[in-house]
Amino acid sequence: MAGKSKAVVINEKDNVATAIVSLKEGSTVSLELQGRKERIKLLSSIPMGHKFALRAIGKGEDAIKYGESIGQTTAPISRGEHVHVHNVVSHRGRKEGA
Amino acid sequence: MNFQGYRRPKGKVGVRNHVLVIPSVVCSQGAAEAITRNLKGTVYLPNVNGCAQVGADREQTKRTLVGFGTNPNVFAVLVVGNGCENLPAKEIAEAIAPSGKRVEFIEIQDVGGTKKTIAKGKKILREMLADANALKREPIPLSELILATECGGSDYTSGLASNPALGAASDLQVEAGGTVILSETTELIGAEHLLAKRARTPEIGKKVLDLIAWWEKEAIATGQDIRGANPAPGNIAGGITTIEEKSLGCIYKGGTTTLEEVIPYAFPPTKKGLILMDTPGHDIDQLTGMMGGGAQIAVFTTGRGTPTGSPIAPVIKITGNAETYRKMKDNIDLNVSPIIQGKETVKEAGKRIFDEVIAVASGKLAKAEKLGQRDFCIFKIGLNF
Repeated sequence: MAGKSKAVVINEKDNVATAIVSLKEGSTVSLELQGRKERIKLLSSIPMGHKFALRAIGKGEDAIKYGESIGQTTAPISRGEHVHVHNVVSHRGRKEGA
Repeated sequence: MNFQGYRRPKGKVGVRNHVLVIPSVVCSQGAAEAITRNLKGTVYLPNVNGCAQVGADREQTKRTLVGFGTNPNVFAVLVVGNGCENLPAKEIAEAIAPSGKRVEFIEIQDVGGTKKTIAKGKKILREMLADANALKREPIPLSELILATECGGSDYTSGLASNPALGAASDLQVEAGGTVILSETTELIGAEHLLAKRARTPEIGKKVLDLIAWWEKEAIATGQDIRGANPAPGNIAGGITTIEEKSLGCIYKGGTTTLEEVIPYAFPPTKKGLILMDTPGHDIDQLTGMMGGGAQIAVFTTGRGTPTGSPIAPVIKITGNAETYRKMKDNIDLNVSPIIQGKETVKEAGKRIFDEVIAVASGKLAKAEKLGQRDFCIFKIGLNF
């Protein structure tokens, strides 16, 4: 699946990638995005299995993995930034504000 | 394609040949355990329910206990009651009897205390064991097999490797004419539209959406935050951010075939192919529901590692996390992490899982069986009074 890359993008609609090894802040990850080779500089350390943004995502937009929404951002996210519970929230199965 | 199984009186087929002791109530659980002690080939259910239950809650407990008795992995059944419970041993035994297998019941109050109950129970079990041990496996088509699928202790590898690989195995099982159960309704939240689209009829698709709406409403009605339970803290540490992300990774295990039926907890499927059973995401509740519905074998994917097993069925453990496999080799049967390393395709790993299902169905012990892991709990839907 991943070949030699350190991260995977599952669907071409995705705006996040998943690190398959732990990645250090400031390091660069090479990925193929829609047939184009891209290099993304990481703005934070990304633990193995965690996600980082492939492009800038505005506040309140969908974070997209598997080609589907996995929740909405609670702050603007920059390309290369860690995407997790601190900046993405689910609105499913809970009362707002709970 | 065939596996080697045990043919039951009414034509159903088991992959194991257990003599089962069912305590109808928590009060007789101790006696049930003592009856099976040192009798190889027997097993009991650690049932904590069976009294002070009413309505649908009582029915669900009864249906699940009866479903374990009628499950084709079970050769014969002894039901042990105390005597004053509101789910009497006799009622359970009578509901198991139509399966055509031998079923007996005894009550501690009637026999006269625990010691006499143990002695009487052991005598009945020895007779049952003699008959069970005389039965031989025979070639059985895979169309007779109901494969339960489950994931627990998920991390990022679950959605990338183990669940897609299990999905490929599920497709092979459906292609062979058999049945696959997908469950854990709460872990479809955020992915329900994808499953509903695959339903055989619009009515079945609507059932999927209605189930999700019901669970979401129940979660909201608690006034609590579902995020404390699902994704679980371990899921979040493993990189899963939201229930949607977990669900999207989760539904891969059902493969890509048409959804044929939606059934309630611990009900037997009436169709072949891919079935959705309505269960919670709780690992043991859902495993118990699927075995209560007649599944003979389970494949359980895990990222962080779990020890789960069933009293009456093999549970094959799969991980896509190389580190988890290394650390928990005594629990995990198959390692599909080569998918993530780009050394194996999802389809190849799926074939490996499918081959393991056939081997284990034919008698090879899964690791959870070797460890004697016998988890059982019934999804409670009402208060005890």
